[in-house]
Amino acid sequence: MSAPRTLDVGALPPGAFGSRSLMWWGTMGIVVIESTVFALAIAAYFFFRTRLPAWPPDGVAPPDLRWGTINTIVLVASCLPNQLAKRAGERVNLRGVRIWMLVCLAFGVVFNVLRAYEFQHLNVLWDHDAYGSIVWVLLGLHTTHIVTDFLDTAVLAALMFIGPIEEKRFIDVEENSAYWYFVVLAWLPIYGVIYWAPRLM
Amino acid sequence: MTARLELPHAGEDLAMLEATWAEPRGFVGWCTHVDHKSIGRRYLVTAFAYFLVGGALAGLMRLQLSRPDNTWIGPDLYNQIFTTHGTTMMFLFAVPVMQALGVYFVPLMVGARGIAFPRLIAFSYWMYLFGGLFLFTSFLLNAGPDAGWFAYPPLTETLYSPSKRADVWAQLITFTEVASLAVAVSLITTVFKMRAPGMTLNRIPIFVWAQVVTSFMVLFAMPAVMLASTALILDRLVNTHFFDVEHAGDALLWQHLFWFFGHPEVYIIFIPGAGLVSMIITTFSRRHMFGYLAVVLSLVSTAFMGFGLWVHHMFATGLPQLGESFFTAASIMIAIPTGIQIFCWIATMWSGRIFVRTPMLWVLGFFAIFVCGGLSGVMLAAVPLNIQVHDTFFVVAHLHYVLIGGAIFPLFGAYYYWFPKITGRMLSERLGRSVFGLFFVGFNLTFFPMHVLGLHGMPRRVYTYPAALGWGSLNLAASIGALLMGFGVIVFIVDALRALRAGEVAADNPWGAGTLEWATSSPPPNSNFLRPPTVGGREPLWDNPVDQPTVVGLRADVRDVLVTHVLDAEPDHRVEFPEPSLWPLLTAIATTTMFIWSIFTPWGVVYGSVPVFIAMVGWFWPHRPDEGGTQPWPIRHRTLPLPNEAPASGGVI
Amino acid sequence: MRSGEVIQSVLSPAGAQAANIYHLWSVMLLVATVVFALTMALVVFALVHGIRGDAPSSERTLRRAVYVALALTVVILIGLLIESVWTGRNIASLHASSAVTIEVTGHQWWWEITYDDTVASRRVTTANEIHLPIGRPVVFKVTSRDVIHSFWVPNLHGKRDLIPGYITAIWLQADRAGTFRGQCAEFCGLQHAHMGFDVVAEPDADFVRWLDGRRQPARPPDSALEQRGHDVFMANRCAGCHTVQGTAAHGQVAPDLTHLATRLTIGAGTLPNTSEHLRAWVQDPQASKPGNQMPPNPLPPDDLEALLAYLETLR
Repeated sequence: MSAPRTLDVGALPPGAFGSRSLMWWGTMGIVVIESTVFALAIAAYFFFRTRLPAWPPDGVAPPDLRWGTINTIVLVASCLPNQLAKRAGERVNLRGVRIWMLVCLAFGVVFNVLRAYEFQHLNVLWDHDAYGSIVWVLLGLHTTHIVTDFLDTAVLAALMFIGPIEEKRFIDVEENSAYWYFVVLAWLPIYGVIYWAPRLM
Repeated sequence: MTARLELPHAGEDLAMLEATWAEPRGFVGWCTHVDHKSIGRRYLVTAFAYFLVGGALAGLMRLQLSRPDNTWIGPDLYNQIFTTHGTTMMFLFAVPVMQALGVYFVPLMVGARGIAFPRLIAFSYWMYLFGGLFLFTSFLLNAGPDAGWFAYPPLTETLYSPSKRADVWAQLITFTEVASLAVAVSLITTVFKMRAPGMTLNRIPIFVWAQVVTSFMVLFAMPAVMLASTALILDRLVNTHFFDVEHAGDALLWQHLFWFFGHPEVYIIFIPGAGLVSMIITTFSRRHMFGYLAVVLSLVSTAFMGFGLWVHHMFATGLPQLGESFFTAASIMIAIPTGIQIFCWIATMWSGRIFVRTPMLWVLGFFAIFVCGGLSGVMLAAVPLNIQVHDTFFVVAHLHYVLIGGAIFPLFGAYYYWFPKITGRMLSERLGRSVFGLFFVGFNLTFFPMHVLGLHGMPRRVYTYPAALGWGSLNLAASIGALLMGFGVIVFIVDALRALRAGEVAADNPWGAGTLEWATSSPPPNSNFLRPPTVGGREPLWDNPVDQPTVVGLRADVRDVLVTHVLDAEPDHRVEFPEPSLWPLLTAIATTTMFIWSIFTPWGVVYGSVPVFIAMVGWFWPHRPDEGGTQPWPIRHRTLPLPNEAPASGGVI
Repeated sequence: MRSGEVIQSVLSPAGAQAANIYHLWSVMLLVATVVFALTMALVVFALVHGIRGDAPSSERTLRRAVYVALALTVVILIGLLIESVWTGRNIASLHASSAVTIEVTGHQWWWEITYDDTVASRRVTTANEIHLPIGRPVVFKVTSRDVIHSFWVPNLHGKRDLIPGYITAIWLQADRAGTFRGQCAEFCGLQHAHMGFDVVAEPDADFVRWLDGRRQPARPPDSALEQRGHDVFMANRCAGCHTVQGTAAHGQVAPDLTHLATRLTIGAGTLPNTSEHLRAWVQDPQASKPGNQMPPNPLPPDDLEALLAYLETLR
């Protein structure tokens, strides 16, 4: 009897970067889910807007531009160390990963602290009316993301210092930076809605 | 003819392979399982148990309504019963059971050794289990939700629902949505990245396509209900004003958010059912599905269109006429892709060589019942008729015809079809016919009269009704029908228990089917396939040439899995899957604690998130230097490919 | 015997809107029956031939058959869509400046009914019963004071949800005399099942007479018994919730009782309005409508009889 035909995959690498990796798909799944949540929350914001004669209602002032705009700049700026961390990951450059992830974390501390100032300068409380509720929830949803993004970056950074480190961890660094990008990019429309919609409408 | 090769290859150690993929024994071991078959089995059993609970609640409802002015169950208990019935069936049974079938069978049908993100699947199961236990415990403590499965504010705001019941409902949503979203992400990844080499997109089994389409729907629909239920909890707990008209809130916002989820939800339930119908008809007609491409595109277009119908649940709120007409048109037009599938099924049967066994009986029953439900759906799409029969028993009839007809009948067919594969035993054909008969007759006796009751003015969600309105005899008939359905389910359980102990032993492929789950033993070995298959056609067991290659080269000493390219399933790289782990359970316990704590105080989220964080760190933190199967540090150069690079060396025949 | 098949039925239209809808229903029922029969015939046909294994000669035949079936489906669906939109136009086409305007406000678990008038003093407030003139358009402006309810008189028209924060208008017209029943059709809590109301369609002259009668305040009590009953009403908590026009009772949270004795039912369609039922209701409304907002009133028997005599005078 002739030898049965086989497809030998033994020489294939034990991992791959980017969209070839399963983790990328998992991360994209989360991105899709969270984007939908943000989009629906923004839709709810405008639903209220169409139902009420004045916006913000009840003579409330729009949120102060200062802290939100500063924080937007910080968040966008954090894309630079994020990109450098991503690149270091793709080059399995451990020193580069360590440095740039620490820089990302420093940015993370700053934008989380600034976020607290943003909350304090919204000029409305969540229990004032529906406008207050949706503004706090929009900002709160995004804050949940910057907090968790900070925490999982911190844990991964700790792992890259403490170990055990293997080549697969550099794929995790790349995925983490993709999620960081999502969190920053998702902020832009939310910033626009919270800070500019009441001024432009 | 199956191309199964029995001779061992050089360097192959099947015993070690099976030992590597074996799951630990004992109760603690069971808590650490990550094998998709193990998790899939417990998901199926739990879903069936929840189905029995939901059915028992329905039985109580039918008993109460069997005669007019009945005082056996008072309004408060009745409201909890019907709410828990609907919530259980929709959130704890209909979607999870289809996802459970996906968890068990999708990896097998695509020829993979496991499911993507196994620990996430385990976590999903625990969240599902705890969510259900949380709901039923609350019900037994007289804190069961009582404002309907759709929980409209203002009724569910604190002012009109002062107890914790509405919070229980809202948090149950969070449990089930987390569980469902996790499975959806995992299934999408598995189907796109872990298919057997040769399984190009147009060779993916229709049931697997249905699971992919459903999973995408879950990703886009479930956030809507999560956002709504979170807003409700916030209104009740910390005084936000989303739905509170006194402070610029809006009751209709809830309806838009809820139904934006709620309409796709019913397609999330039906589309897997349609996938099961395609599968069973293919097997029992012994021919390829006629119009494969049309059927797959119909599933996809149903999913898209399903997101554009939600306002038809709100026709009675007095919306502008032009807007209503759009949703009428969309709600009618969605019948077209479903019609395409029906005609393809009929064409397949017509040109096949049919043999009828119990699974096929259930599919025939599906035709009668689902088509009837679809027709009453077209009626409901028409606004003038809708505003008469909305919120009456006409809708109760419609929804049960489409959901039981469109999902549960195919599900029972799938139970008979796949029971041999999961357990290695056959269910009884004779008893199967009795179960079908009892259920079919009982179903129609229960639900057909409800069309008439609705037209005669009987609204939904009433714990009793006056004798003078003449609704008594039809209600009595419905209650008798429910008893028949109950008997059918009991016979099914009896047969299943009997078969597990002493049923006829099942062959690998008792139905002569064509898809890959039948290419392995019944039940499958730990590693799913002793030798992973490749495919040369859409029904591999029918189409594969005799010398179709099998995959070699995967390691037997670790859980080595093949990852392939999205479009053409060419081999790409290998991945080491995780060993059994307690962390998914621990994370689920921490998350459950946080969820339940947070319905009593907002600080529950803050304090409760700490154990969740700790558990997730434990989950993620590796134990060994090469836990992912790649090079431990230090290494000189990157060995793993970037997205635009070819692999170091490709597959070799 | 009053039966849902007649007095609370989609299939017994008494007005133009319900009649249009009934026509649409008939068309759709016919089409659905034919389509169902055809589809089942196709399934049986396919099953029989499939079992015999005498397949058609080519995939081309199959494809043609599927296309024909699909084309037929699309044509039928478009036809039904047109029929639906056309019916919608018909039933919405009713507007008149001389319409009777009725405001309906939903409460847990009763209906506040106000007949509007350009002259404020001629507005009529009542509860749980509506009279309509035959042949005249009526516009209902509906809202809710608490949770979502739904106003539904199937003999006359489809339903309209009563949503707090929204006031919407629904137009209908009764075209024949009759006494019909409506019922709340949106789950609204504990006694959703017992939130019905009566609708009397009558000739215009009778309707005008009825409405004029509603405008009169309650007549003062005649006999000593009635006077005693009046005093019981005012001294107990009745006046805190209910209004009786022309007396000191101005409660706003319960049905207006000024003309209670002429109403067909009590408790929002829960019990027929007889002296036996009224006695039982006043003593313990929780017995027939558990959880509703009216507490039990354990009165001494003499007070109770006097109160009932007084309530009898509220015509």
